[in-house]
Order: sequence, then structure tokens, then C-alpha cells
Amino acid sequence: MSFIEPHIHMVCRTTDEYRAMAQAGCLAVGEPAFWAGYDRSSVDGFRDYFIQLTECEPARAAKFGIDHYTWLCINPKEAQDIVFAREVMQLIPEFITRPNVLGIGEIGLNRNTSRELLIFEEHLDLAIRLDQLVLIHTPHLEDKLKGTKMILAALKNRPDLSPDRVLVDHCEEHTFPLVKDAGYWAGLTLYPTSKLNPKRASDILELHGSERVWVNSAADWGDSNPLALTALACELHRRGFSRKETEMLLVGNPEAFMGQSPKFRKVSGHE
Amino acid sequence: MKRSKKEVLDADFAAARAGVLDVAAFLDRVDRGDGEADFRYDALMEALPLLLSVSEGGRVRAILEALSYRDAVIPDEAVTKAACGAPNLSR
Repeated sequence: MSFIEPHIHMVCRTTDEYRAMAQAGCLAVGEPAFWAGYDRSSVDGFRDYFIQLTECEPARAAKFGIDHYTWLCINPKEAQDIVFAREVMQLIPEFITRPNVLGIGEIGLNRNTSRELLIFEEHLDLAIRLDQLVLIHTPHLEDKLKGTKMILAALKNRPDLSPDRVLVDHCEEHTFPLVKDAGYWAGLTLYPTSKLNPKRASDILELHGSERVWVNSAADWGDSNPLALTALACELHRRGFSRKETEMLLVGNPEAFMGQSPKFRKVSGHE
Repeated sequence: MKRSKKEVLDADFAAARAGVLDVAAFLDRVDRGDGEADFRYDALMEALPLLLSVSEGGRVRAILEALSYRDAVIPDEAVTKAACGAPNLSR
């Protein structure tokens, strides 16, 4: 099988895992900027991180024949200090033209505060101004439903941001229909405990179809699995999905979304 | 590709049985612990009856909604950085 892992935090993963992903059929990865597990103490900490995302990780991935793409932002967990968040956002135009940057992300909400919402909306302004794709993180667990509704309400106020160019990630059974009904791309994330497992993700795909959906592991520094998409493919095949359908989900769909950026190099023959 | 009930049972019954036993063992473990349980235990106990009900959106969705904040309050700041899995309605 071949797959694109469109949402993964490779700065947290080992070189052995790059190798294992390549050997499992991974063709490309997308790495949104996120919370490192601790709050960075300065704007320069983010500058270093953006350099890591645009220089170091593409080089690590290339050693295994994997194309590496990234998304830039300050994540909502570090957006409580509005002045600091705005200073980090001022770095983004400097990096946005780098060859592996696909857009603004993963922006969104964490605990659904007014400060997070303000910085989320300012990221949307930036994406519109710079004509960038948008990748959105929805909150965890008990905050996901309310946060997803807040995000969709904020997006509704942006008629100048085409739903085709926005993906709302980490959907579950209670938020997936909201995102799809609003016209946005939806993401399903496979996590050992706190998000979906392969069976639940397969249920959603059986019930709602896979059009304008991407699937990912969002593997990071926590309990997560960079090969989770291979488990999903096995579950889908077990249920009778054809190889062609699975390949469309795992390669064609992420190509279609990320391929809206002229920087993305297609890795298959899908149109 | 719609499967029969028997096909689904053949594929997933053992895993579902294990999952139910895991929940039962967890509740027994909490009960054996000292002190008082908190809002998370109560939230889970309130959600469990939803396993027995058939709703239009499905049991998973109903349980996820039951374990979600559904108010309209937007605070300026969060009390904690991390979610825990159940709404703390005592706040």
C-alpha cells in the first residue's frame, strides 16, 4: 500500500520511524506547527521551530524518499498571551514563501477561551491576506463539540475564505456531520485513546463516505502511532473496501486538498 | 459493502466483549479505591445508560455529546491547559 500521512509531528519522532513509515509505503507527510508539550519562552523559540519545520525536517524526510510539507502558526495552547501570540504571528510572512510551507495551521481552539478565539480569527485574517490554505485543530475530549461549533461560527463570518481551502481536523462522530454539512474538508485522527481508533473511523467512513475527508495519525510526543494509517487500511480492507477506494482515501484525498497549493508535488496519478 | 449483523458479530464481538469488561473492571477499581470519586466518575455513570438506548445519531454520538460541554459561556482564560474527558459542571 501507499499512503500520505497529512498530519504528523515528525519533530517528535525518531529517524527509525521515518524509515518504518517509508518501508510501510509513506510517500509524503504534512507537519503542522503545534504545541511542543511545553510553552516556549520567547518569540525566538518559535523562529527556531519554524526553521526546524522548513529546513531540518524536509532534509530528514528526504533521506527516506518522503516529501515533507508544513503549516505555520502559533497553536491555541500558547495563544493565551495575546501580545506574545501576535509577535509570533509576525514571523509567519517571513517563512510562508519557503518551498514546503502549504498554509496556516494547525490553528483553532483548545479550551475554547475568548483569547484563543481572537488569535484564531487573526490567523484566518492572515491566511486570507496571504492567500493560504487553512488547517484547523479542533479541541480535545469534552471541549471538542463546543469548540467545533465556535470554529464553524467564526468561519461562517469569512465568506472570502472558500470552504474548499479549509480542513477541520480531529473530527469524531458528534462533530463530523457538523463540519461536512458546513461544506469544509474534514479530518479523522487515529489515537490510541483520546480520539478515534481504526474501527470507529471506518464506521464514520462507511456511514458518511470519504469524499473531502483525510485521515491521519497526528502522531506527536504523546501516546500515538505514526503507522496508524496502515491499521486503518487493514480494517477498511477487512470490511470490503477496495484497494482503489483505500488508495483514494489515503493518497488521492490528501493530494486533492494539499495540491491546492502550487508547492505540493503530486505523488500519484490521481487528479 | 454493508455487512450482515452476523458478519459484524463474527468480526467484532470478542473485542466488544473485552471493551465492556474493561469498563466494568475500571468501575470496580474505582469503587475499591479510597476517598471520593469526582465529576468524571459521575459523568461516566450518567453516560452508560446510553449504551442501552437506540438513538437516531447512534450510541457513540450520544455518549460523546453527554461527555461534552454544551453551554455557551466563553471564558477569557482556561483553568487548565488540558481536557480530561468529562465536563466539570461544578465550576
